[in-house]
Amino acid sequence: MAAAETMFLSFFYLLRSRGLDVTPDEWMVLLEGLSRGLHQSSLTGFYRLCRAVVVKSEADFDRFDQAFLEFFRDIPWNGELPKELLDWLDRPSENLGRTLEELKRAGFSEEKAEELLRLLEERLKEQTEEHNGGSYWVGTQGRSPFGNSGWHPGGIRIGGQGRHRTAMMVAGERRFRDFRKDNTLDTRQFQTAFRLLRQLSAQADESEEVLDVDGTIRDTCDNGGLLKIRKTHPRKNAVKVLLLMDSGGSMEYYAGLCSRLFQAAQKSNHFKELHTYYFHNCVYSELYTGPALRWKEAVPTDWVLSNFDGNYKVLVVGDAAMSPYELREKRYDWERRTYGPSGLEWLERMKKQYPYLVWLNPEPMPERPDYWGQTHWQLGHMFPMYDLTAEGLERAMKRLKGRK
Amino acid sequence: MKEIFSGTDQYVASGELMAAVNIAVTLEKPLLIKGEPGTGKTMLAQAVAQALRKELIIWNVKSTTKAQDGLYVYDVVQRLYDSQFGSHGVDDIASYIKLGKLGEAFSAEEQVVLLIDEIDKADLEFPNDLLWELDQMEFYIPETRETVRARKRPIVIITSNAEKELPDAFLRRCIFHYIDFPDQEQMERILHVHFDHLEEELLRQAMAAFYWLRELRGIDKKPSTSELVDWLRALTAGGVDPARVRKEIPFAGVLLKKDKDLRTLRGSR
Repeated sequence: MAAAETMFLSFFYLLRSRGLDVTPDEWMVLLEGLSRGLHQSSLTGFYRLCRAVVVKSEADFDRFDQAFLEFFRDIPWNGELPKELLDWLDRPSENLGRTLEELKRAGFSEEKAEELLRLLEERLKEQTEEHNGGSYWVGTQGRSPFGNSGWHPGGIRIGGQGRHRTAMMVAGERRFRDFRKDNTLDTRQFQTAFRLLRQLSAQADESEEVLDVDGTIRDTCDNGGLLKIRKTHPRKNAVKVLLLMDSGGSMEYYAGLCSRLFQAAQKSNHFKELHTYYFHNCVYSELYTGPALRWKEAVPTDWVLSNFDGNYKVLVVGDAAMSPYELREKRYDWERRTYGPSGLEWLERMKKQYPYLVWLNPEPMPERPDYWGQTHWQLGHMFPMYDLTAEGLERAMKRLKGRK
Repeated sequence: MKEIFSGTDQYVASGELMAAVNIAVTLEKPLLIKGEPGTGKTMLAQAVAQALRKELIIWNVKSTTKAQDGLYVYDVVQRLYDSQFGSHGVDDIASYIKLGKLGEAFSAEEQVVLLIDEIDKADLEFPNDLLWELDQMEFYIPETRETVRARKRPIVIITSNAEKELPDAFLRRCIFHYIDFPDQEQMERILHVHFDHLEEELLRQAMAAFYWLRELRGIDKKPSTSELVDWLRALTAGGVDPARVRKEIPFAGVLLKKDKDLRTLRGSR
């Protein structure tokens, strides 16, 4: 097995390669925690320490668990930390230097590593001194209020079984699978994602002004008590949303998901306006106000395009799966007895009119364009297309917020 | 395992949670606690303060709270008012500076536990505005040219209901723990802390009904620990026969707070 410090470092890189955004700073905090004995010389303790320091969202717990399992699976252990790790921890300051060498060689900037090293050495010195005094918050032998078993009366009781549950078991349970962000999600998660769309929209219409009471008082005071009015721009959400949803056919599978998205959008009452229209497979000359796509609910697409200008943020929800001819062929307009624009032309008109348009697709992008997937493929390259998951929606919202 | 629940001085924490508290306290980092409503996030701070025998300072964050409110407020209106009547001390700006909760925690003689409750309620930029203060544990009051610096670095516990995403820069500075919803075994321990005496059969039936309800499809607001405690109180007070609990779910209104959820429950039976 590799020496402990390279082992540590490869764990760091494994976490990063598994999509956990661990920074060197956080890693140094982890090392500091280890040097203070917070892992309590057990793998379970190490697992807890590592997760608490490195992972910052329950959505990433599962990723962490998997990476942890992957890394420590082949290491023989019996509830204790591997010997190499323990050895490493026995001489923290000396080994720390070596680890930092490794970090440097691995491409972290010289300066950063130096600074961290200095900080850490300081801490270590401090710790050695204090440890002799024995007055630390946390000890591994239960000297302190926060021992790992037993608790003084009236305090916090520890659920005793934790000790016997090993880290591998905890990690192996994958209890946090449901929190993964790339799972499809519930209304609340949708709502949270929609809230993102508020962030940059705070600067409302610049011409509107309201009295800034605090500013007026402050200015008046500065002015020796003579009234001085100050005004400010109100912070309002100016986001106007146009939601276009595919309904029926292959979308039936996703009816539940789409209705949750719809509910979330409805509940996110911070939008200035929200308009919802439905279509089947592709946008043609008519959109519908209800998901049943009845004739009396039909609205000409032209009318929608001329009434909702380019300031609207457009969310198209659909699987983009249809026969190629449904996308490309001219549509015969029975009322006017002529051929109207094809679906593709309608979509191109929308793309032209709406700089802020994203496509949310409940179906992941196909690996290669097969017959049913080719329209998905084509539209995926024409529009910014995201998966209809928490992560996808979040990215889509960020895209909508940004300026072109 | 029976203990009397008086106020919040009893608190059942999982080993993982304890480890997280340990880590945060030792490394002097803020502890960020997330979890479903009703899993005891706020109570944790009280329990920690009590266990360590420290004073607890609570900063309740609301949607209108600004970072500045936690530091200090300069009461210009009072000063202006006083100046009209020529009261004493108008020249002394310091007497119009009122420290906020963070300021209070910094200026305390002894180390305190500072709870920043529901940080996600505030504006999205709120956590970022506190980065420096929480890192350095100090802030500057330009009006009095004074720097308030923590004498003893407070233990900071922050709770969030995940209503808003917290900024990365802020997260990187925190120790994070997610309080998972307690499993049946842990729940039993928690209940024993809350209740002196519970009829075994009633407890068993109530727990079964409770976890069944939580898993029920279409429930918007899942009942949490505090609702279960209230429900058990109601069941005990009402002298409900344990055999009826699972079948009828009496006092369902205690568990479910939304009309829609109650309808879902009725529909599923």
